[in-house]
Amino acid sequence: MKQILGTAALTASLLAGTAIAAADSLTLYCSADEAWCQLMARGFEEETGIKVDMTRKSSGETFAQVKAEAANPKGDVWWGGTGDPHLQAAEENLTAEYLSPMRDELNDWAIRQAESAGNRTIGIYSGALGFGYNKDLLEKAGLPAPACWKDLTKPEYKGQVQMANPNSSGTAYTTLATMVQLFGEEDGFQFMKDLHKNINQYTKSGSAPIKAAGLGENMIGIVFMHDAVAQAASGFPIVTVAPCEGTGYEIGSMSIIADARNPESAQTFYDWALTADVQSRAKDVNSFQVPSNTAAVQSPMAPDLSEIKLIDYDFKKYGSSDERKRLLQKWDEEVSNLPQ
Amino acid sequence: MRQVQHQSAFHPTVILWMMVGLSGFVLLPWYMLDDGLFSFSWVSDGYPFDSDVAPALFLVLQGQKMWLAPLGGLLVLPLALWGRRKNDPVFGNVLIAVGLSGLVWFFAQGYGISLRGWNAAFLTDMFGKLPERQFGMGWGAGLVGSAFLFLLTLGIAARGAVGGDVFVVSSIGLIVGLVTLFILLPILKMLGSALITEDGGYSLSSFAGKFLSLRIWGLGCITGGSRCGVAWNSLFLAVIVGIVTTLLGLVFALIATRTNARFQKLLRALTVLPVITPPFVIGLAIILLFGLSGVFTQGWAWLFDIQPTRWVYGLPGLLIAQTLAFTPIAFLVLIGVVEGVSPSMEEAAQTLRANRWQTFWTVSLPLMRPGLANAFLLGFIESMADFGNPLVLGGNFDVLSTEIFFAIVGAQYDQAQAAVLAIVLLVFTLSAFYAQRFWLGKKSYTTVAGKGDAGVHPPLPRGFTLSIGSVAAFWLMLTVLVYVTILYASFVKLWGVDFSLTFGHYIQAFSVGWNEFGLHWNGSAWDSFFTTLWIALVSALPTAIIGLLTAYLLVRQRFAGKGAFEFGTMLSFAIPGTVIGVSYVIAFNVPPIEITGTAIILIVSFIFRNMPVGVRAGVASMSQLDKSLDESSLTLGANSFQTFIRIILPLLRPAILAALVYSFVRAMTAISAVIFLVSARYDLSTSYIIGRVENNEYGIAIAYATALVFVMLAVIGCMQMIVGRRNIGRRGQAGSANQIQVPGGG
Repeated sequence: MKQILGTAALTASLLAGTAIAAADSLTLYCSADEAWCQLMARGFEEETGIKVDMTRKSSGETFAQVKAEAANPKGDVWWGGTGDPHLQAAEENLTAEYLSPMRDELNDWAIRQAESAGNRTIGIYSGALGFGYNKDLLEKAGLPAPACWKDLTKPEYKGQVQMANPNSSGTAYTTLATMVQLFGEEDGFQFMKDLHKNINQYTKSGSAPIKAAGLGENMIGIVFMHDAVAQAASGFPIVTVAPCEGTGYEIGSMSIIADARNPESAQTFYDWALTADVQSRAKDVNSFQVPSNTAAVQSPMAPDLSEIKLIDYDFKKYGSSDERKRLLQKWDEEVSNLPQ
Repeated sequence: MRQVQHQSAFHPTVILWMMVGLSGFVLLPWYMLDDGLFSFSWVSDGYPFDSDVAPALFLVLQGQKMWLAPLGGLLVLPLALWGRRKNDPVFGNVLIAVGLSGLVWFFAQGYGISLRGWNAAFLTDMFGKLPERQFGMGWGAGLVGSAFLFLLTLGIAARGAVGGDVFVVSSIGLIVGLVTLFILLPILKMLGSALITEDGGYSLSSFAGKFLSLRIWGLGCITGGSRCGVAWNSLFLAVIVGIVTTLLGLVFALIATRTNARFQKLLRALTVLPVITPPFVIGLAIILLFGLSGVFTQGWAWLFDIQPTRWVYGLPGLLIAQTLAFTPIAFLVLIGVVEGVSPSMEEAAQTLRANRWQTFWTVSLPLMRPGLANAFLLGFIESMADFGNPLVLGGNFDVLSTEIFFAIVGAQYDQAQAAVLAIVLLVFTLSAFYAQRFWLGKKSYTTVAGKGDAGVHPPLPRGFTLSIGSVAAFWLMLTVLVYVTILYASFVKLWGVDFSLTFGHYIQAFSVGWNEFGLHWNGSAWDSFFTTLWIALVSALPTAIIGLLTAYLLVRQRFAGKGAFEFGTMLSFAIPGTVIGVSYVIAFNVPPIEITGTAIILIVSFIFRNMPVGVRAGVASMSQLDKSLDESSLTLGANSFQTFIRIILPLLRPAILAALVYSFVRAMTAISAVIFLVSARYDLSTSYIIGRVENNEYGIAIAYATALVFVMLAVIGCMQMIVGRRNIGRRGQAGSANQIQVPGGG
């Protein structure tokens, strides 16, 4: 018995010695659109030879997964998804500090995002909130085109507006937080109550309202403007509106997971993902967010952030889980229960 | 009955399982490897010393994971039985002791020690902090665990259970073990996780708060608020769908058996459609027809000069879609019942001068009562479990199955909330299931006996025939319209914008090209298509085997606890897919069983979701085989394993094929469970289609779904050709092997 074991062990160790060293690999958690995730994973593989194992999950799910795996991290980089969960992960030290050499090429807002999180995350794209409408349906119903947030509360749009449920969608929570910051808490909630009368459905997913509008199943959808642009780019009769009062925005972020198994591959990916060339590819997969690299080429269809009145969105305050819970509860009690 | 024949000094089956267990302990890597179960790169990754790939023995010898050592000791313990005979009580007792303590220790260490050392705070308090940790179990652990299980069953058999039949006891042990591990355990873990609070502790009051919340049980829609709780919504919808599908099913069953209507054949053909239609495709077609921009809504608005509305979103749309999808199931149940009402009863009524209407109303209908209740409960369960239609058509009408999904995937990511909702859903479906089995099961309305009768049912009242005929014709038209819409939409360039016809969607999904390596599958759908195909194929065989083995035990064997055994094996039928999905995510993403994100979790979920189909097929056709066949085989000296393999299985060939095909088809159309379990590497057709729907790419989604329908039609057609119609008796048997009730994709 001993002999057999010995022989087996010897053979095995010989085999191990002759085996080629395994190629570098990277486990990527991706919280953006599937096509964009694939583009990033395959592009990185082709250009660096590093094998990418990509998992796509929503940012809420990914945050929960990173937290659950904290004792035994399996992921290396978390790319994409709205900034709040990235900030939360930074706050709980689930992600690692890293100063990329690419930082000089980035927009101010991306750096601000990094600094507010002790450089544990960084902005990779941003998108402003707004709404879009189906111009065919609007014309058929003989209604004027809405231009401001307040327009959406007018009685003629009753049953024509859709937004997501802030409990289940980050987009809708951003909407709620934007109204509170734009109009003040009391007036912000009054706006939500007035809007409630015109809402035909609170969808579960953030971009669903504008997709329904694209298909002619809804007239006006409150979404991130890049989602509305994507519908127009697919050929649907959607017009994107930057509200006249000003609006909030999200910063899609990227973080390296603390104690990652492949920290070098993770940093390589991090730097690579911030290059102008890579960020310019987003438009190929119908993603019209504003890239954080100033030199990145944007699609001519994408909303121009410099022409949009952006509020000074307080990510720290409205991203914290206490404030979030308070606002959502208030919305549940004061808005969602009202009769329409 | 039979004699123990081995004369050797040591029972060969004991040696077999000891060898299996020891090879798991000594040769194979104990833990799950990153590359999955079917990769053998571990052989060159520092095996057998590197602690990631080492077998248990090497770990223990290197002073690591010392808690595995007792397992090895227990595995060699049966050697003490050397020279003892099987009927020696010590033989059985030792094996029972070894198997039982092995299993207990095996799971205790697995659940007790996890990624962060001790898994529970009280263990840390008791033994101090554990510096080591362990990952999910792999090949080695699997073999050792099964060795203990079968040593235990060997011992039980040796003590004389079920006539000392090793094969039967082992089969029972295997199935109980599998059902416990892959159905009961996940459900229990899910129940446990419903108690978890946000900061990770356990609390009954937080559970009660969630469970009793107004979002689930609110009655706002009655008391003047805006809407009712999801539980009431689901219940209300399911009751209406149950009633409507039962009535429609009865109408079609009557037409198919009691009239000469020409579309009888068409009716039967249509029943196969919902089985092979990917979920939510019907919902999409209904949006295209009745949505705000739908043909009918717009036409209606134009005709009466009113504003078109979104009337279809919510209850109305769900009702239409689910009625379309589940009526054929009611039909399949009721056709057997309607045929089973003996004409002699009706003849007797007519002889006593009842007219046609009285005969139908007072004789035929009451005899169909259990069938009607059965059909209602099936429709109820299907509607409760339905996930695809509420996803696309629900509007503001929230139901449990979709709420569960969004509690897990949305920004809120609240496992405890999902578990609470799943419990509510489970309570509803299990009550219906329980009612079906124990309330209906005991009543006998059998009227077809051996006595001869004319075999011809009296015709129905004329006015009645006319009215059910027109209902059926209307429904047929709607069904055909829906399927034509689906086919048409798969060729339309961009629905609502550009109605020109194109093959573009099919090309985008299924194009094939050539490159330097030969054939290249360019289309975007091929990846998920092939994954679905092989996973469905791989899971079909175990589904059929486990199903038939269970059926064999149920029909042919008697043992203590058979009732509970039967309930356990049919249980997964009543567990909605979303519940299975959530509980698998909760139970199998942490050691000791860590299979989320792999193909294994998909295969396992298919096997245990579809097992009842295999069981039903087996029970139905095995009841038709006379028991004297087994007995003669046993008398001639074969053991029960040989009898099962050589006598029963060959006679069950049609049932086997049917079970194989149906589990294959159901695996291809399943969505509710797998949507939680798919990963980037193992994406399935249905979840790929959902993704396209979410991206507004209806064309490609519908084209893909249409292609799937044709693939499955071809598969079912092939089966029909191979199996053919098998008639053993003279009477055409209702509910024979060719007519297994198959609940829809769910």
